[in-house]
Amino acid sequence: MIILYSFLAVAVLGGLFGIGLAVAAKALAVEKDDRILAVEAALPGANCGGCGYAGCAAYAEAIVKEDADITLCAPGGAAVARAIAEIMGISVEVSDQKMVAMVHCRGNRDTCTYKFDYNGIRDCNALYALYGGDKTCSFGCLGLGSCMKVCPVDAIDYDSRGNVVVDRDVCISCGKCVDVCPTGVMKMVPYSADYIVACHSIDKGALVRKYCTVGCIGCKMCEKKSPEGGFTVEDFLARIDYDARGSRDEAAAACPPKCILRVSSLKPDLVPVTALQEENEEA
Amino acid sequence: MKQLKTFPKGGVHPADHKALAADQAIRRADPPSVYVIPMAQHLGKPADCTVSSGDQVTEGMVLGSSSGFISAPVHSPVNGTVKEIVTLQLPNGQKTQALILEALESQEEPPVYTPSEDWKNLDKQALLERIASMGVVGLGGATFPAHVKFTVPKGSKVDYFIVNGVECEPYLTADYRLMLEETPGILQGIDVVRSLLQPEHIVIGIENNKPEALRVMRDAVEALDFPVEVVPLKLKYPQGDEKQLIKAVTGREVPSGGLPIAVGAVVSNVATLYGVYEAVVLGKPLTERLVTVTGQGIQKPANLKVKIGTSVAELIEQCGGFVKKPVKIVSGGPMMGFSLSDLNTPVTKGTGGILVLTEEEVDRKNTTACLQCGRCVQVCPMGLHPTRLYKWIDHLDYEAAAAEGLMDCKECGSCAYSCPARIPLVQGMKLGKLMIRKKKAN
Repeated sequence: MIILYSFLAVAVLGGLFGIGLAVAAKALAVEKDDRILAVEAALPGANCGGCGYAGCAAYAEAIVKEDADITLCAPGGAAVARAIAEIMGISVEVSDQKMVAMVHCRGNRDTCTYKFDYNGIRDCNALYALYGGDKTCSFGCLGLGSCMKVCPVDAIDYDSRGNVVVDRDVCISCGKCVDVCPTGVMKMVPYSADYIVACHSIDKGALVRKYCTVGCIGCKMCEKKSPEGGFTVEDFLARIDYDARGSRDEAAAACPPKCILRVSSLKPDLVPVTALQEENEEA
Repeated sequence: MKQLKTFPKGGVHPADHKALAADQAIRRADPPSVYVIPMAQHLGKPADCTVSSGDQVTEGMVLGSSSGFISAPVHSPVNGTVKEIVTLQLPNGQKTQALILEALESQEEPPVYTPSEDWKNLDKQALLERIASMGVVGLGGATFPAHVKFTVPKGSKVDYFIVNGVECEPYLTADYRLMLEETPGILQGIDVVRSLLQPEHIVIGIENNKPEALRVMRDAVEALDFPVEVVPLKLKYPQGDEKQLIKAVTGREVPSGGLPIAVGAVVSNVATLYGVYEAVVLGKPLTERLVTVTGQGIQKPANLKVKIGTSVAELIEQCGGFVKKPVKIVSGGPMMGFSLSDLNTPVTKGTGGILVLTEEEVDRKNTTACLQCGRCVQVCPMGLHPTRLYKWIDHLDYEAAAAEGLMDCKECGSCAYSCPARIPLVQGMKLGKLMIRKKKAN
């Protein structure tokens, strides 16, 4: 008998709580905008923070509630912007060009001169606060890898020469590395770019030559050799207009310090050179 | 015996090495032939350059004018020609305009500065303007424009005007020499500032490792027609910091993020007051400052009166050069100074000392992992938790560090000094503060 009472008591209590919850769910229901969920679903879900919001969910909420700019999602690019525009019922104009980050410097221990030995925190911003870095060149890559620390997808690493390189196939163009870089040597270029000018120094040619063997000296050779290549030299530094469709091969080949580099050759590889050679010998 | 005053929380006792230069009387450094004059020599906005390449300038002429309230003008230390205007990278990474000034061969007579009492007829505003126009900044190291410090906000009252004669940084002896040799000038500077602040009490704080300075100042203040108290303080670094000195002298604590005036105090360094005396009584702009050149690596340690813009290399040469190859040359004191990588760096208004340090004086061991020993927490005079702040900063979470009081850090170096794992804690704090300021600026 006592078992029956216990069962009944629990069943009645359960029933009452159930009804209570059902009533509460109706009465206290929070109006949720379906569009937030839809926008969140349309976003890539990488939570990289490149848009400036805490993550994809926060950005979705900001789009719906605060009319945030819908083109901020760099990893999603044009496709995501259009999808969000459709959900929000607005029109948007975006270009299909994907941008990727590139380090515009190839200076390292072998190619350039240094002002002092640095023995502190491995952070580029900390080093930059001392005389603008240990390199004689005050524009180049400091090489302590603050960009690697902030990259949400591990697209940045050293190559076998000790230079910092971005893997453009992994880069999701969030731009965090560009923001953290104290010298501004990390710049965005189109994914389709064939060449970059791997130098960021606007010092005069003669001065660059003193401290770096791979720095742009502003000689205008590229302008002459590839007139259709979109090269312009400004402040002693060559720049490429990627809208120009002409060939850039001649300029790259003729560049005296060889600082016009083929993008496809820039890949992080931490395999020591010797190991690579052994592998080749075996094969 | 009455117990000596000091601040209660944290602090360290580094070997002071002051004996190297303490007995060297102040002497004037030989003027160089070329000067480098940066426009950013003070806290706040850099001065606006008012001359151009090729211009003739005379001693005391304005080269850069004050560009805002928290700013200060820059004056020419010499008769000469502006050779070039360049962009210079200062040791703190800041890029600034700088003038290269060549002294003229046939120097015309330098201006003669004679003391005058006319300042007594000036009202407060005119007096502040005179201090501002002479480019006087805090010479204790922070280079905060002096006229801003001496402007009492409406509704505030100054209970304590504290004269900072602590000079707690090891090695440095310039303020000590100044107190011994230029006592009347300092006292006149105090008199000028007294008329500006109208404080209840005037206190001169000096640590008890300078008995001579204590004696000289005590004797001198007795002859004054207004009361000044000379207070001996128990030796402890960083007592020369504004907040610690206020706590030691008055027992009051400046609130986090607040200025000393919030607790009715104004602190000024003896060298700054001497600068005020020169500016107001002599009418001489700030174009010279005292620099202690010392360290075991220098042949003849000295306390030099140096014209702003003289290169460090020049000073080292005038002190007999190196004894042996130095491993580190520091501008400022060993606790808060920064190492120089280029001896052509000019002396600016903020340069208090040049230390030439040898292998024995520099600890170059490598950083190891944090032992969680808590020494940094024990010695932090601001009651912060350096090791935890460093961890946040290392993980790029600058906001979390700020929430735990990072912005209260004054970079005094006590934590890094006592860290057995040689973690560059202060560099971490500087980085964190820099990144937070950067974020705010965007």
